[in-house]
Amino acid sequence: MHPLLSGKSGEKLLLLGNEAIVRGALEAGAAVAAAYPGTPSSEIANNLFFISNEENSPIYFEFSTNEKVAMEVAASAAAAGVRSLTCMKHVGMNVASDVLMTLAYVGVKGGMVIVTADDPSMHSSQNEQDNRIYARFSNLPMLEPTSPQEAKDMTIRAFEISEELELPVILRTTTRTSHVRGPVELGPLPENVKRVGKFEKNPRRWVPVPAVARIRHKVLLEQAEKAQKLAEASDFNVVIGKGEFGIVASGVSACYVEDALMELGIEEKVRFLRLGFPFPYPKRLLSEFLKGIRKVLVVEELEPFLEDEIKVLLKDLGLSMEVYGKGTGDFSRMYEFDPQMVKRAISRFLNVELVEEEMPDLSNLPPLPLRPPTLCTGCPHRETYNAVKEALKEIGEEERAIYPTDIGCYTLGLLPPIQMADYLLCMGSSVGSSAGFSVSTDQKIVSFIGDSTFFHSGISSLANAFHNKHKFCLVVLDNSTTAMTGHQPNPGIEITPPGYDHPRIPIEDVVRGLGIKEVYKINPYKKKSAVETLKEALSKDELTVVISEAPCILYYKKFGGKK
Amino acid sequence: MEYKKILFTGVGGQGTLLASRLLGQAAMKAGMDVRVSEVHGMAQRGGVVESTVMLGGLKSPIISKGQADILVGFEPLETLRALERCSKKSVVITNKNPIVPITVKLGQFEYPDMDTWFGFMKENFRRFCALDADALAKEAGTSKAVNIVLLGVLIALKEIPIDRETVLETIKTEVKPKFVEPNIKAFELGYENAKC
Ligand SMILES: Cc1ncc(C[n+]2csc(CCOP(=O)(O)OP(=O)(O)O)c2C)c(N)n1
Ligand code: SF4
Repeated sequence: MHPLLSGKSGEKLLLLGNEAIVRGALEAGAAVAAAYPGTPSSEIANNLFFISNEENSPIYFEFSTNEKVAMEVAASAAAAGVRSLTCMKHVGMNVASDVLMTLAYVGVKGGMVIVTADDPSMHSSQNEQDNRIYARFSNLPMLEPTSPQEAKDMTIRAFEISEELELPVILRTTTRTSHVRGPVELGPLPENVKRVGKFEKNPRRWVPVPAVARIRHKVLLEQAEKAQKLAEASDFNVVIGKGEFGIVASGVSACYVEDALMELGIEEKVRFLRLGFPFPYPKRLLSEFLKGIRKVLVVEELEPFLEDEIKVLLKDLGLSMEVYGKGTGDFSRMYEFDPQMVKRAISRFLNVELVEEEMPDLSNLPPLPLRPPTLCTGCPHRETYNAVKEALKEIGEEERAIYPTDIGCYTLGLLPPIQMADYLLCMGSSVGSSAGFSVSTDQKIVSFIGDSTFFHSGISSLANAFHNKHKFCLVVLDNSTTAMTGHQPNPGIEITPPGYDHPRIPIEDVVRGLGIKEVYKINPYKKKSAVETLKEALSKDELTVVISEAPCILYYKKFGGKK
Repeated sequence: MEYKKILFTGVGGQGTLLASRLLGQAAMKAGMDVRVSEVHGMAQRGGVVESTVMLGGLKSPIISKGQADILVGFEPLETLRALERCSKKSVVITNKNPIVPITVKLGQFEYPDMDTWFGFMKENFRRFCALDADALAKEAGTSKAVNIVLLGVLIALKEIPIDRETVLETIKTEVKPKFVEPNIKAFELGYENAKC
């Protein structure tokens, strides 16, 4: 049995933050979960996937085609009174935001938790947006764990809060809280999970036509006020220590503060407000805190989410006090923090001495060779790129061609010696941006998209491209998996994980179904015939689609033989 | 107990994550509070993979410049790259067997002359230990066990309060049955060959 399912109450396991969230959902009796993968959230979905495949699994899980769909699946399950969860990386929330903003109006019946995993410093992402702002934008309550134990506890609490308020609750992690392991004490799993709910019809709630939406917006704001009261009283918001100077932090920053106070030996001399339930802003708690101190340091990665609110509160309270943080240049709005950075800021703020370690003189180090991530040896993407390059060379277009690309392992085609990735915005942008280039340049356009990305957000843009007569060649890199994020299934896969009996949707059928006639298939390992086919496709003065079919070699090694 | 900040660094595929997880599990077995941080995603495709093990109740998952108590480098260039995270008080353990990055193969960079830099490390850090972990792993019967060899070295240096038996027990329960034997052998070889 899956360890997150077999683990007994009272047992202590060394869990990843993401695994702790899964265990929390199981302990809370969540019965439906849906997600599209994305680092740093992927292990939540992966574990739920394996657990849902167990015999007598207490939970239904699906890999949905994108985050918007996943959120809709979870939302409607919760509307039917069943506890549900969806998880995504920060940019996934952009895709799902259309759902989110109105889901906040109609609310839920069963508890619903939305996990957003942010990625400060962009370890595996195209931006480092701060999704705490989605809590404020949507007026939904938000919890922020600092450790795996808290990740589990907060997940359970989030379901309770969600049911109490009839609103989904956001659980926000970052790379460092999702990908840290720590001891987690397991709680009991429920004996009976409510897997079957009942949807009570009520169009004046669930169908937000303008007249209904106007009512529901009011309800949302009333519920947000109740949520604020919960935040004011929450055990997750605590003041530690005493003194006339204060520090406020949440998430991993709170870990850095705690370690710094301990290492500087000043835990007792400063008042530290640790916010695990930071939104709705617990204004009364914050006000009381601010009234008791003479100056405050706010430690938070990315946007001044707490800092700005504190400044507003101070004004309302008529207090004048220095607020140290981003405004004073103590911290940046860019990138993640590290423990020493926080320790230094605290030592400046409190004027305590910080003894720096003596470091060896590394000034003579030569420039160290970079070690960028690369495509695996034998990766089919590399073969496809080489074949396209060869075909373009033979028709004399290699120099001028533009290569809009997309997100996946194949984005690594950006690096030498391939260098065939020229423009990228977000998942699915290869197709939409090719349309823009086709009407604004006379260059040949060859764009690349992976199979998972095709289903995520390529199809509607391809319909657009065909209907609006855009001219480019779209190469679909069909490696039969979602490789970049750890080999999750998608609707097009031919090689499936054991027991995965979902109907397959061949990409060729989808493309032809849209009405596109110029559809070609290549095997990238058969270079000669691939180049010939590509030359033909690339010479056409219209939209052409080339599907390059060859499984990811890592995925093939895992599941290829066991169909 | 004293705090210990241990940094593992290597190249995707070398098993840094397994090593740090095993050490974390052994620490838990030994009754210690522990945090292990891991890198997942993009970097795993042949890039640099770092993980940390924080012992003794520290909450921070990562290690700043100059703050590592122990550095375990799975590849010499990566050890060199991580030196800025050490202070003169640090212990440095490194594998000697290089994995040449693509940027060197393409002629964009030169692989540093490691003998010189091993000399530097010996002089500048409290303790320094270099060995060919790949050779020892092969001797143990699986070239994949470089991570376990280095774990053996780390435990042999007795810098952290986790003993050999606890790690061996952890290997037995956490590693897939068919890999237990070569991994135990790899651990012992690392343990015996730790000299500094
Ligand atoms: C909106 C959004 N969701 C998820 C991700 C994370 N992500 C990056 S690439 C990728 C999937 C790539 O799969 P595929 O297109 O099949 O390419 P492959 O990696 O298999 O080559 C995902 C899920 C993202 N960047 N943006
Ligand atoms: S994981 Fe698969 S798709 Fe990604 S680089 Fe490796 S072989 Fe290619």
